Amino acid sequence: METIKLVYPVEGGDLIEAGEASSKMKLTLKKLGLPQDVIRRASICMYEGEINMVIHADGGQAEVEVAPDQIVIRMRDTGPGIPDVAQAMQEGFSTAGQTARELGFGAGMGLPNMKRYSDEMAIDTEVGKGTTVTVKINIA
Amino acid sequence: MAMRHSVVLDVKRCRGCTTCIKCCPTEAIRVRGRVATILPDRCIDCGSCIHICPHKAIRSVGDSLERLQDYQYCVALPEPALYGQFHHLDNVDIVLNALLKIGFHKVFEVARAAEIISDYERQWITSGRPKPSPQISSSCPTVLRLIRMRFPKLIGHVACTVLPMELAAILARREAERETGLPPEKIGVFAIVPCSSKVTAARAPEGLRSPVLDGAFAIRDIYLRLLGPMRELEAEEMRPLSSAGIIGLGWATCGGESAARLMERCAPVDGIENVIHMLEEIEDGRLPEADFLELSACTQGCVGGCFNVENPYAAKLRLKGMTKYLPVSRSRFHPDGAEGELVRRDKELQYLPTFVLDQDQGVAFSKLLQIQELEDHLPGLHCGSCGAPSCHAFAEDVVLGRASEDDCIFKMRERMRSMAGSKEEADDYLPPPFRRRQNTPG
Repeated sequence: METIKLVYPVEGGDLIEAGEASSKMKLTLKKLGLPQDVIRRASICMYEGEINMVIHADGGQAEVEVAPDQIVIRMRDTGPGIPDVAQAMQEGFSTAGQTARELGFGAGMGLPNMKRYSDEMAIDTEVGKGTTVTVKINIA
Repeated sequence: MAMRHSVVLDVKRCRGCTTCIKCCPTEAIRVRGRVATILPDRCIDCGSCIHICPHKAIRSVGDSLERLQDYQYCVALPEPALYGQFHHLDNVDIVLNALLKIGFHKVFEVARAAEIISDYERQWITSGRPKPSPQISSSCPTVLRLIRMRFPKLIGHVACTVLPMELAAILARREAERETGLPPEKIGVFAIVPCSSKVTAARAPEGLRSPVLDGAFAIRDIYLRLLGPMRELEAEEMRPLSSAGIIGLGWATCGGESAARLMERCAPVDGIENVIHMLEEIEDGRLPEADFLELSACTQGCVGGCFNVENPYAAKLRLKGMTKYLPVSRSRFHPDGAEGELVRRDKELQYLPTFVLDQDQGVAFSKLLQIQELEDHLPGLHCGSCGAPSCHAFAEDVVLGRASEDDCIFKMRERMRSMAGSKEEADDYLPPPFRRRQNTPG
């Protein structure tokens, strides 16, 4: 069966708007009648990815592919890249700046949460070039 | 499930101006044949369209007061928002006694039932028994319908209690039976409500197997009738009827229900758009510190309902003044008493998959693909000429068979141009938003 593609631009530097894309995606997934748990996990991953892109990479693009058996979310940015992926995956590790912290972000749970709520996760990053985080969520 | 909505359209007043379609939080309105039409499955009776209609063509109607004639004995259940409607009112008893002069035989305050529910919740909290976190208030029927349609994952978070007016109806009917010896069907129990959604809830309750009210009157319809009797009441005929305190009256405004929960961390949210936003957050677990969410569809809570006479802020101010010399709470919940099981719903809230494109997931997929394909070729102006609130909603309508592609004037024009064999895209034919040239207005 066909795959549905959804693309959401994520504005950089504007933490207030962050989370819009995951809300929009959620509404679309609900219209498909997908299981509630799948929708929830997908939108949490998307939300965390969005916040990361806004805080660290001046925005980017979220690409979603919905197939009947799997949702693939690709968060693509052209930011600074992640020098040490293993360190970034540790709970509590964060390089977020003061502004983000004041808003309650930067708890170092972004990537760990994406890992926790997805079935598969891959980080493709190059310092100075950018990062693409891909998560897959199986539709049982 | 067919719902018996109380939001109705006055065809004579409606000009099909499309103002309402965009304000509807569930995209439930379409304009057809110069007249707004409501998709009944989608309407949650929030009243947004009633507030915004420039021609006063969308209205909500409470039950007719003539219904009082159908019963031998009539009980009024005034919602606390009613008390906020009057100038210089410092004593709730004046309203309650006046109700007895306009055709009611007995008064039972909804605020009193609200206090019983608040006490029930407090006892639950202090007992340390498990409860969903966060718990969502079950007091606004519009919010309940919204959750059932769009946030099924949160159904389990909704408090198990009935609406205060429902508990009031059950208790009042029992009291009336005892006091009069009449059979229950001779007793009419009517709520006096601030909003359309409670009229609908009286007819088709969300959490009860069968209705417990015989009808609901709009505050607006009762208000004028009360003014005379309220003025003429003699001091000696005033009976002490008021039976609620600060907590009960507090339920009329958003934050009142939360205030009664004492120890908990509560987030009172008012206004339907804010409520939707908050439900999105909760759905993704983004507010773990909240114990309780008080969600009201109307601005400032029930005082903002479309049946009120006074603006919500004034009503709130007056209610606050009225609570000045009242005790905190005057009714308690007795687990072994008459209200034992009555405070709880006897029916689970069911998911209403209104927004799902098709029950068959495969079909839903291909419909969404068709919608995306069509939407890509729509102007994105959201002009409303097709009668739908947005280009996306229009694309959905076409795919679901509620509209045809030619209903979009841009699509229609494209087709006519191609039929005429013209290749040139003449800029002059385009409306200002689409012109390439920059001619700034003014």
